[in-house]
Amino acid sequence: MTLGIEHLTRRFVDAPHPAVDDMSFTVGKAEVLALVGASGSGKTTTLRLIAGYEPPDAGRIVLDDARGASRDITTDSPQRRGFGMVFQHYALFPHMSVAENVAFGLEARGVNKSDRLGRARQALERVGLADAGPRAIQSLSGGEQQRVALARAIVIDPPVLLLDEPLSNLDPARRQETREWLRLKLHELESIAIFVTHDQEDAFAIADRMAVMNEGKLLQIGTADELYRQPTSFHVAQFIGRSTLVGARRDGPRVRITLAGVSQEAPVASVAGNPASEARLTAVVRPEMLAICPPGSPDTWRGRVDSRRYAGSHYVYRVSVEFEPERYHTFELVSEDGGFAERSEVGIKLLPKPIALLFR
Amino acid sequence: MRRRFVVAMLVMLALLAWCVVLPNVSVIVGSFARGLDDWRTFAASPADREALWSTLVISIGSVVAALLIGLPLAFLLGRFDFRGRRVLSAVATLPAALPPLVGVIAFLFLYGESGVITRLVKHALGLEQPPWSLTGLSAIVFVHAYTMYVYVFLFVAAALERYDSTLDEAAAGLGATRGRTLRRITLPLLTPSIAGATLLVFMSSLGSFSAPYIFGGGQRVLATQILVSKLNGSMGLAYVETTVLALAAVAALLALRSLERRRSFALSGKGKATRVAVRSRTARAIAPIVAIVVVTFLVLPHAMVVLMSFARDGAWTTQILPPEYTLDNFRRLATDPELWKPITNSVGMSALATVGNMVVCFIAAYLIVLTRAPGRRLLQLLVVLPWAIPATAIALGLAATFDVNQPIAGRVLLVGTFWILPLAYFVRNVPVVTSAVEGSLRQMDPSLEDAARGLGASWLLAMRRVVLPAARPGLVAGTMLAAIAAVGEFVASVVLYTHANRPISIEILAQLRNLSFGTAAAYSVLLIALVLAITLGARLAEGRVERI
Repeated sequence: MTLGIEHLTRRFVDAPHPAVDDMSFTVGKAEVLALVGASGSGKTTTLRLIAGYEPPDAGRIVLDDARGASRDITTDSPQRRGFGMVFQHYALFPHMSVAENVAFGLEARGVNKSDRLGRARQALERVGLADAGPRAIQSLSGGEQQRVALARAIVIDPPVLLLDEPLSNLDPARRQETREWLRLKLHELESIAIFVTHDQEDAFAIADRMAVMNEGKLLQIGTADELYRQPTSFHVAQFIGRSTLVGARRDGPRVRITLAGVSQEAPVASVAGNPASEARLTAVVRPEMLAICPPGSPDTWRGRVDSRRYAGSHYVYRVSVEFEPERYHTFELVSEDGGFAERSEVGIKLLPKPIALLFR
Repeated sequence: MRRRFVVAMLVMLALLAWCVVLPNVSVIVGSFARGLDDWRTFAASPADREALWSTLVISIGSVVAALLIGLPLAFLLGRFDFRGRRVLSAVATLPAALPPLVGVIAFLFLYGESGVITRLVKHALGLEQPPWSLTGLSAIVFVHAYTMYVYVFLFVAAALERYDSTLDEAAAGLGATRGRTLRRITLPLLTPSIAGATLLVFMSSLGSFSAPYIFGGGQRVLATQILVSKLNGSMGLAYVETTVLALAAVAALLALRSLERRRSFALSGKGKATRVAVRSRTARAIAPIVAIVVVTFLVLPHAMVVLMSFARDGAWTTQILPPEYTLDNFRRLATDPELWKPITNSVGMSALATVGNMVVCFIAAYLIVLTRAPGRRLLQLLVVLPWAIPATAIALGLAATFDVNQPIAGRVLLVGTFWILPLAYFVRNVPVVTSAVEGSLRQMDPSLEDAARGLGASWLLAMRRVVLPAARPGLVAGTMLAAIAAVGEFVASVVLYTHANRPISIEILAQLRNLSFGTAAAYSVLLIALVLAITLGARLAEGRVERI
């Protein structure tokens, strides 16, 4: 089973740009895809278009079944699509018990009462709430409500499961735990799962692939590792993980970065963007590509420690390097050595790790 | 300080016992004054049986009709966007701005035997006879539907504003059809508002007096029977009829309250009401036309009353519209002292009653919400009691209680004096003002008053600077509703008025009897203007709150 999104576009009146702008991607069977982006980037609209709550202005949504037969569902109502959806605020029916909520999708499909209550119970067991059936929705905690919402969505065996910010209403401690749990559950299901989040940690933890959106456009889709190591745009490079963008020159398979007259080199991981001018390249420098050294070490950039933060197994430093008079790059880097004081002079060494390059 | 509250509580309880409980007790006692004789007469009287029956039929019919109009309209305006929506929602509550009697006579001018629309249809179809007659049960229900659907509309529209539409989306995503979503999700969640509105319509219809009185066409209902019995001097029978009417009202109240409670959920409040643009081409074409028709229907009664107020009395015979127009009707009101008197009466009496409501209801609400004075439960019950009892019953209770001077029994002679009507208006409006103030005070953090006192403010200063500002929105809204209800009051007035203190509504009726339609309409326009003035006054009072 595959879900294909083809050139999907959705405009809202009096919005400066389309909420979803010519978006295309496919999701395969048992794959978990995260739609990530800042608020207003169009990720929730994309989810609502897929669920059928919004009509697209252009483009198609196609569902290929297991036998390869392809069905255009662009104009199908949400009811006909039957995609399970977990809403951000869960949208549990407050006048029904937990079991009635979970059984509602089966009720709508005409399943008789004893069958649907049995299947609702199974679904509740799968989310670890076997005995919650008779309880009132109001008596559930936020985490429990979230599980009930998931049970309600999976009980109808949806071909596609959609989740809108599934973790945003949980407190941080619960969130860690639920993230793990949700990852296991979604992979157990073997249906397509698409979830929206503004938190890349959630996406890293749960998704197989991530799609990064900005201003309605799909910027890049790939595994977390691909997005991190080989970003194809400035936005993705800055949005995913920590990075400092620095002007660079390419020298065959190597990249040379020169700051305040000191050049350091590393291998090239990838080159992306519009290759209009070879001279204007930008390197995406990640914290693990740098090492902090005593000041004056040979072949290092001279910097100054802005801040030092203890993070358990290591320290996180922010170091400014003056590359032109009064212009600074600020690098983030980690070290097990906590011996460099704030405001002290240090040297920054570029390690020989592959660096992604972007054309200006 | 606590003693002050206990004293205030005792005064409040005594006051309400005197003007709310005592009259009802008098009625019940009065119905047994001759043993069970009057009850037997009631049970044996075919007229009373007919009246009871038609009262129930009218009430249920009005509820059904109000729901049939109010619900779809609330959904249409709350859920869809189409051309004409703004105009439609602006006029959707217009019928509520018509004082009850004025609405009725507007309908008479429009749809009565010689009404404009009736003549128009008759003329257009070339009929010999009017195509319908505006009499009997259906006519009463028709008028009720027009004036009372507003309750349903307002209650349901407010609930839809708070309604979380993702619940409907969730149901659709789970495979439910629109019908099933409406039946299983939306309507059950709107039950409290629907029940509340139903109750209001049912109670108003139960006690409705104007419509049955003006064009009942010999149709008896309990409210009119009570007046007939009273005028015939059969006070015992009037008391029995009043008791039965009040019992029916209380039964309805209890039944619907339980429904309201059983289905009461805090709607998440995160609900974002989204209006969907109408997309079907036919619907898009039809929507503005339907909107125009509905708007016309809603505005016509107002327009008709205004038109009639300029029509020369006696000149309108067989034409579709009145042929001659004049300012005489208004000029007469202003120059003839006999015609001017009802206006000063209405304004003076409703001002008195409303000031009484402001003071008493504020104190009652304060005691209920912000103090722990003993007897709060009882006070809460007493302040809503007049709401559960039809106005005719309240009026008859007052008539039964204050017709003799027995100060020991708490009875003073008020019947036949000026004071009985302001008292009746006051009693009728106790529930609305108190609950409005209660609502505002409940939104205030009770520790605010303590905080002010902790900062060294005297009780009076805390009251003036903290409690009163918090109570003001409710006080303004409640007072406005009370003043509007009092200035056009008809139902209690018709039982209690004397020639000296006759209010506008009674004078309208007298002018109608005289066939001075123009004068009656001029009074009606004046009433509408007074209602507008009160509304504007309330807006200004609220504006002052903003500035502070």
